[in-house]
Amino acid sequence: MAVVFEKTKGLTEKETHYCPGCTHGIIHRLVAEVLEELDVLGETVGVAPVGCSVLAYEYFNCDMQEAAHGRAPAVATGIKRALPDKVVFSYQGDGDLASIGTAEIVHVAHRGEKITTIFVNNAIYGMTGGQMAPTTLIGQKTTTSPLGRDSNLTGFPLRMSEMLATIDGAVFVERVSVHNPAAIRKAKKAIKKAFEVQLEGKGFGIVEVLSTCPTNWGMTPVKALGWLEENMIPYYPLGNFKSPEEAK
Amino acid sequence: MAKVLMKGNEAIGAAAINAGCRYFFGYPITPQNELPEYMSRELPKVGGVFVQAESEVAAINMVYGAAGSGVRVMTSSSSPGIALKQEGISYIAGAELPAVIVNIVRGGPGLGSIQPSQSDYNQSTRGGGDGDYHLLVYAPANIQEMVDLLQEAFDKADFYRNPVMVMGDGMIGQMMEPVEFKERPEVDLPPKDWAATGTEGKRKPNVINSLFLKPEELEDHNIRLTEKYDAMKKNEQQWETYNMEKPEIICVAYGTTARIVKSAIDTLKAEGIEIGLIRPILVWPFPEKAFVELPETAKMFLSVEMSMGQMIDDIKIVNQGRLPVEFYGRSGGMIPSPDGVVQKIRALLGGAK
Repeated sequence: MAVVFEKTKGLTEKETHYCPGCTHGIIHRLVAEVLEELDVLGETVGVAPVGCSVLAYEYFNCDMQEAAHGRAPAVATGIKRALPDKVVFSYQGDGDLASIGTAEIVHVAHRGEKITTIFVNNAIYGMTGGQMAPTTLIGQKTTTSPLGRDSNLTGFPLRMSEMLATIDGAVFVERVSVHNPAAIRKAKKAIKKAFEVQLEGKGFGIVEVLSTCPTNWGMTPVKALGWLEENMIPYYPLGNFKSPEEAK
Repeated sequence: MAKVLMKGNEAIGAAAINAGCRYFFGYPITPQNELPEYMSRELPKVGGVFVQAESEVAAINMVYGAAGSGVRVMTSSSSPGIALKQEGISYIAGAELPAVIVNIVRGGPGLGSIQPSQSDYNQSTRGGGDGDYHLLVYAPANIQEMVDLLQEAFDKADFYRNPVMVMGDGMIGQMMEPVEFKERPEVDLPPKDWAATGTEGKRKPNVINSLFLKPEELEDHNIRLTEKYDAMKKNEQQWETYNMEKPEIICVAYGTTARIVKSAIDTLKAEGIEIGLIRPILVWPFPEKAFVELPETAKMFLSVEMSMGQMIDDIKIVNQGRLPVEFYGRSGGMIPSPDGVVQKIRALLGGAK
């Protein structure tokens, strides 16, 4: 019988710890499939963050290094500078990248490090139990914004892709989502492009992936996908903010 | 090789490159700036990489990344900057990676001063970051020793798979002295087969990590680390003694302060007053072996430091209650003078003698 589908070689056999309905699993697979399709699994070193995807080093079937909270871009810089011919990526959530690691992500882009960052934005701190993130939407209830996020007290959600796209060293910036199959296909295309930009040595690339957190949003997986589409996408518009053609 | 006159901070850079270090990640802070400046100038000439990071926190995490790739890597900073690096140092220790960290100590706490100090003794010898870990901490007293020990530091870091700190003060960083780069003996070091460099499809993935979610696994890890620290305590103690035949007082001092103490000892010896010195060359592990047998003439210890007395506890531990432990120190960037040490010793001996 002909094999029509196989699990990607980019992931290990390890069962993930992610909650039912969490979209981290999809995003992991997209990254893994891209690495396999580009035939670079053996030349890749990934950097795992602190947050829900802290155990990513057990799931990606390539060499991995676990970073301190927010520092993945700095760790990836050290690796890429030591191993300039290898493929280096960081996989980070919104607490990691958009809060504690803002300096590191801005400056990895500023230096134009030839790495790829996968930024998973689910508008909440998942691992620690649902606290407010810089990306939490106005009015969104979390354990540290129990009455809903109030812009007067906590500001407005950070749009990282738009901000990073203003930096010359960032040559590929795109926001995608994984709330339906069409979006997932586009997400994979963007992730592949970001790695290709690295392979071509053009500079820093980042793909922001809007993601769900059914557990901490207090929703069923299906309802969470709908909430993402109805609430996150209007505030975080999907699309490409920067590609090598326009980067100087 | 002939001696050359070099500024301390630049000699450190030259010694690192000589030891095979090709990667440096730093952030400007006085009084160590000549070192990253030297590296930015010299590393590209030997195919190396210098990166000025956005912060000390980022710099040490770049070191962590490069160390995970198996290369010889270094960073340098000064006290408040080292405080910021403690996060990364703890991760490097936890993940068992080799790296060298140079601390050109300045006065604290807080922003403190930019003048020479030894007030990072606790920060350096007590861990500094979170968790049960130790660094080897070298405390050279002159630029030649700095150069020799810095090269040794890279070998020890690789041997133990552990971060090593080389601690100088602002004086050693800024002064100029003649220095000779000696032929280095070949050291037998284990292969870095643990490094995360890409599997090339030939082996299982290597993972650089300090996370152990199962408590029994983290405890096992800590027990293993402690066995390594015990081996360091057994094998890595280094010290120098000076005028220890029949001293009335044994001074304990490290780094440049020990040179000031030696001057005081010479002055008093000319008057017939015998004072000895034990100079720790590493402050961790503390040279407890130097304190096992003490001359019968010794009446007390005198810790001389450029701090408010951070080394006193270690002297008390190895003294085991045998002799009183006195203290003379200056802080905040004030440097003890030989005369100040002489006066203190005269007072301890009961006035003019």
